[in-house]
Amino acid sequence: MSVETMSQVLSNQNGVNTKNLLELKNLKMHFPITKGVFRREVGQVKAVDDVSFSIKDGETLALVGESGCGKSTLGRCIIRINDSTSGKINYREQNDTIVDLASLDSKNLRPYRQAIRLIFQDPYHSLNPRMTVFQIIGEPLRRNNITSGSEFEDRCVELLRNVGLRPEYLRRYPHAFSGGERQRIGIARALALNPRIIIADEAVSALDVSVQAQILNLLQDLQEQFNLTYLFITHDLSVVDYLSDRVAVMYVGKLVEMGTRAEIFMKPKHPYTEALLSAVPKTDPRQRNKGARIRLTGDVADPASPPKGCYFHPRCPYVQDQCKEEEPEFQDTGHGHRVACHFADELKLKGVEVI
Amino acid sequence: MYEVMKNKADEVFLQVKGLRTHFYTDEGVVKAVDGADFQVRRGKTLCIVGESGCGKSITARSILQLLTRIGKIVEGQILLQRDSGEVLDLAELKPQSKVMQSIRGKEISMIFQEPMSSLSPVHTIGNQIMEAIQLHFDVKKKEAKKRAIDILQKVGIPKAETRLGSYVFELSGGMRQRAMIAMALSCQPRLLIADEPTTALDVTTQANILDLIRELQKDMEMTIIFITHDLGVVAEIADEVVVMYLGKAVESGDVDTIFHDPKHPYTRELLQSIPKLGSIERGRLQPIPGMVPHPFARPKGCDFHPRCESFLKGTCDQIEPSAIRLSENSHVRCLLYGGKEKE
Repeated sequence: MSVETMSQVLSNQNGVNTKNLLELKNLKMHFPITKGVFRREVGQVKAVDDVSFSIKDGETLALVGESGCGKSTLGRCIIRINDSTSGKINYREQNDTIVDLASLDSKNLRPYRQAIRLIFQDPYHSLNPRMTVFQIIGEPLRRNNITSGSEFEDRCVELLRNVGLRPEYLRRYPHAFSGGERQRIGIARALALNPRIIIADEAVSALDVSVQAQILNLLQDLQEQFNLTYLFITHDLSVVDYLSDRVAVMYVGKLVEMGTRAEIFMKPKHPYTEALLSAVPKTDPRQRNKGARIRLTGDVADPASPPKGCYFHPRCPYVQDQCKEEEPEFQDTGHGHRVACHFADELKLKGVEVI
Repeated sequence: MYEVMKNKADEVFLQVKGLRTHFYTDEGVVKAVDGADFQVRRGKTLCIVGESGCGKSITARSILQLLTRIGKIVEGQILLQRDSGEVLDLAELKPQSKVMQSIRGKEISMIFQEPMSSLSPVHTIGNQIMEAIQLHFDVKKKEAKKRAIDILQKVGIPKAETRLGSYVFELSGGMRQRAMIAMALSCQPRLLIADEPTTALDVTTQANILDLIRELQKDMEMTIIFITHDLGVVAEIADEVVVMYLGKAVESGDVDTIFHDPKHPYTRELLQSIPKLGSIERGRLQPIPGMVPHPFARPKGCDFHPRCESFLKGTCDQIEPSAIRLSENSHVRCLLYGGKEKE
């Protein structure tokens, strides 16, 4: 390890990061709604609407929100499964040059596809049942002409070891594995090309609790070992609390709050974050019926026809007249804690109690 | 009737004794449930927890005899206390029998995990609820419709009259689950079995549905069996808990004891492995090593011994632990608490 990377790792451990690895600028993903024989465009689903944030090198950023809020679409835009409507995805290369991934064509994008990899949610659907583990893990290596011959197999064996599976399993098919093991194979596939960023889209949601803990620990170990940066997309706040450095809360295609883990969990400033935290079941029966519960009524707003003003106002318990007319700006309230609420400074919101 | 029920509070409503449900597949016999003992008291909530494949859903389906052709209850009793005072053993009934059909949906009803796949996509919500009502009560269509609207209002569906004509795909996830609950409650069941009713939902919707189930329970004096893998939900809703592992009920007891003084090593390790809100430092979890064994490759002795931190060599891998009664409504299946001399 060179001196420079060494110091980088050390600074990561201290939580002091300077460089942004990925920076999203006004990213928009609007899906057209078409109608009639001529597929006339009658509206747009604003799945991701003007999202800007940055991910620092070596950190874990958690993106949380209810289903349908656009968090998965955002992840898919970053790795260009979906081509975003507008906006920039600035990626910092190892030599510090900055590339806008959103503007590259598929040929020029190829080298960057190696740097950002995805772990899928459902380990039962994301592995091809007709391919052996060797073929699944080896595919990205072969497609990118990384290695060949005996070196190729050695690399696959090494990857399996990294994720805690035995090398003997290399010739088996996915059906022979349990959910947790399958997810490990999915992680090995993501690691094959030595990525710098891993986007984990609900990577542990489909797993059992005891296995979930194993995979979460594995992800943390791999982060330390390979200096990975994670974008962790999830709806499970207890998982977020356990592994993230910073948290971004999304609601109907927009970010409503973003800050460090401690800020978001202990001192939330957006009513939606407060409601989300309050809805998480407490894992102690003695805490039952203690403290005020905030229950959101109604459903997530329709991204095709969002309400006027603040998107959250029809469900917000603190709603005022201003909220119904003006859309709040996503602004910094100090220490990088950004909130989109007119009354962020006035509201006294309740976070999670320390246990 | 409710007067009588109140006097009967604390009485055992449903008792499952030594239940074994096996599936006869081409590859061999899968012992999906292999020794489940528990009881539910009237008006209380019992949670069955465990990882996938532990037999918690099959236990629930055995109670209603909703097993596929290859599944059979091979042993055990399911004793239901009926309103008339008689005690009926459901395990002895034929799945297609008249008595079983009159119990299913009326005395005992069930909510399933995926409302999208368990409600009919080609019938309206109203149609499906009215069908259940007309099946169990001798009422005219008009009266059935009135009852259906009532129950939809009760579960908090706005504009119930118009919603009656909606199809499942027109509703959101939370509304679908409410419609499902409305259907299950339409015949005022004494016992509601909820099989992972909130697993597919968002946390905010989950909290609302849990509140709703709790309120309805109070309102209708229902007994609930709640099946889940989420220990947070258990802590929120349960009065009593049964922990299952590989088809066996390894521990049961009241919710406070299970969370604060768990006896079985599996329960203890399960509780340690869940991420909790409110930790100050980003930390590591303590996962249970290994994984649930394949049903055809059960370990000898105690099923949990290959993953257990209190494993005793020569004992746990030899002797199969039997259920040790700790008090009237709690038991543990572990050799640390005795039962070594049995074999």
